[in-house]
Amino acid sequence: MSRMEPIVPQLRVETPRPSAAGPAVPPTKVAARSVSVFYGEKQALFDVSLDMPEKSVTALIGPSGCGKSTFLRSINRMNDTIPNCRVTGEILIDGQDVNARSVDPVLLRAQVGMVFQKPNPFPKSIFDNVAYGVRLHGLAGSRTEMQQIVESSLRKAGLWDEVKDRLNAPGMSLSGGQQQRLVIARAIAVSPEIILMDEPCSALDPIATAKVEELIDELKANYCIIIVTHSMAQAARVSQQTAFFHLGKLVETGPTETVFTNPRESRTQDYITGRFG
Amino acid sequence: MTEHTVRSFSQDLEELSGDLARMGGLAEDMLSDAIQSIASRDLVLAETVVSRDPQIDNLQVEVEKKILRLLALRQPLARDLRQVISALKIATELERVGDLAKSIAKRVKLVDKIGADGALKGVARMGRLVTAQLKRVLDAYTALETDAANKVWARDEEVDEHYQSLFREVVTYMIEDPRTISACAHLLFVAKNLERIGDHCTNIAEEIHFLVTGEQLPTERPKVDALNSN
Repeated sequence: MSRMEPIVPQLRVETPRPSAAGPAVPPTKVAARSVSVFYGEKQALFDVSLDMPEKSVTALIGPSGCGKSTFLRSINRMNDTIPNCRVTGEILIDGQDVNARSVDPVLLRAQVGMVFQKPNPFPKSIFDNVAYGVRLHGLAGSRTEMQQIVESSLRKAGLWDEVKDRLNAPGMSLSGGQQQRLVIARAIAVSPEIILMDEPCSALDPIATAKVEELIDELKANYCIIIVTHSMAQAARVSQQTAFFHLGKLVETGPTETVFTNPRESRTQDYITGRFG
Repeated sequence: MTEHTVRSFSQDLEELSGDLARMGGLAEDMLSDAIQSIASRDLVLAETVVSRDPQIDNLQVEVEKKILRLLALRQPLARDLRQVISALKIATELERVGDLAKSIAKRVKLVDKIGADGALKGVARMGRLVTAQLKRVLDAYTALETDAANKVWARDEEVDEHYQSLFREVVTYMIEDPRTISACAHLLFVAKNLERIGDHCTNIAEEIHFLVTGEQLPTERPKVDALNSN
């Protein structure tokens, strides 16, 4: 299977031992170091440093235009596609800078899957939606293997039982919630290590939202998940770490429980309690 | 703190604070009247204390209903969440203070024929101390002053010491004059009730500390145990 080979020694943070202070924090998977993003002259993100641990969910919250999506998009270099966009600082995945010249953004995006606000299945069959990336990266050696990958991805996305009898139906024929899970299956199919989600539930009804949240909870056993959400309740429900952004700056980050019961910063307090001016 | 973007949310929280203030005022009045009625053996005043207890009980039910509604409809977070949770607990504490004050008032007619005025004075002295504790902790709650609350918390030791010495004093009166035993036994219950009210004050102080700082006070607080030191 093709995979980015780390070219620099891995900068894994050692797992702290469990102590009276609380449970051990999993090692860092993605580390942002002084990341700033500019759109032309305008600076959208200011000097953000944040560690995102593996096998856990990090929620990015903040008002519209605070830079949280910009930050998310810098992790898999989606900002490359925007003209005049410039990123400084380092995004390290397992210690390797994603902006290094040797990194192929196409392979990077296989390693770092992304799910968007609006489900965006390809105008293809359910099967081909999931198979597309697998084919592109040549990850399946045979037809049988491809079928196995498609089935296991749809199973992991909690969609298999709903679509197993109509794999050749168009992906677009599914409901919004099913489409979102199809897109997640598509992201999982290429064996990513990190999944980025940009408001994955904002277009879904509460039942479909609950299914996606349940899925996120299951996926965190194997992946590092970073989710942007406007729903405080969702951030509280699904994440273990919460980072609050405001005006392009990272204001506060900490265990989700602490951020939602006793935040340090008054700006965080004002935002999550609905007092923002 | 600034207002919520949704102003009715702020109004709900203010209403809750208002209810708690009313409960606090009622509890304070009931306690000081109960102490005065027992010190001056005023049966009429004692009766008014007993008759006020349902008001505080009803307010507590009202507060619980409002909090249930707030949690379901507003989903408060951070300090709002702490405010709501501490209000729920403080309302329970104040309801208990009301019950204990009522229990003190009910004993006025039973200690009517007491021969030991000294014991009554001791009870009144301890009563004043506990009333002051309750007043201070309620003031700290209104002003959200954690320093003042912590002082009340630390001062409970004094209440416990008072209880301990009053206990010995009353037992001495019983030994001196067995005719006072029945009345003095009731006074011991009164003293115990006052000591319990002191504990409720410290619980309220702990809630204030949690509400303001988001942290719990240590579980161990200064304590003099009357049973162990006898």
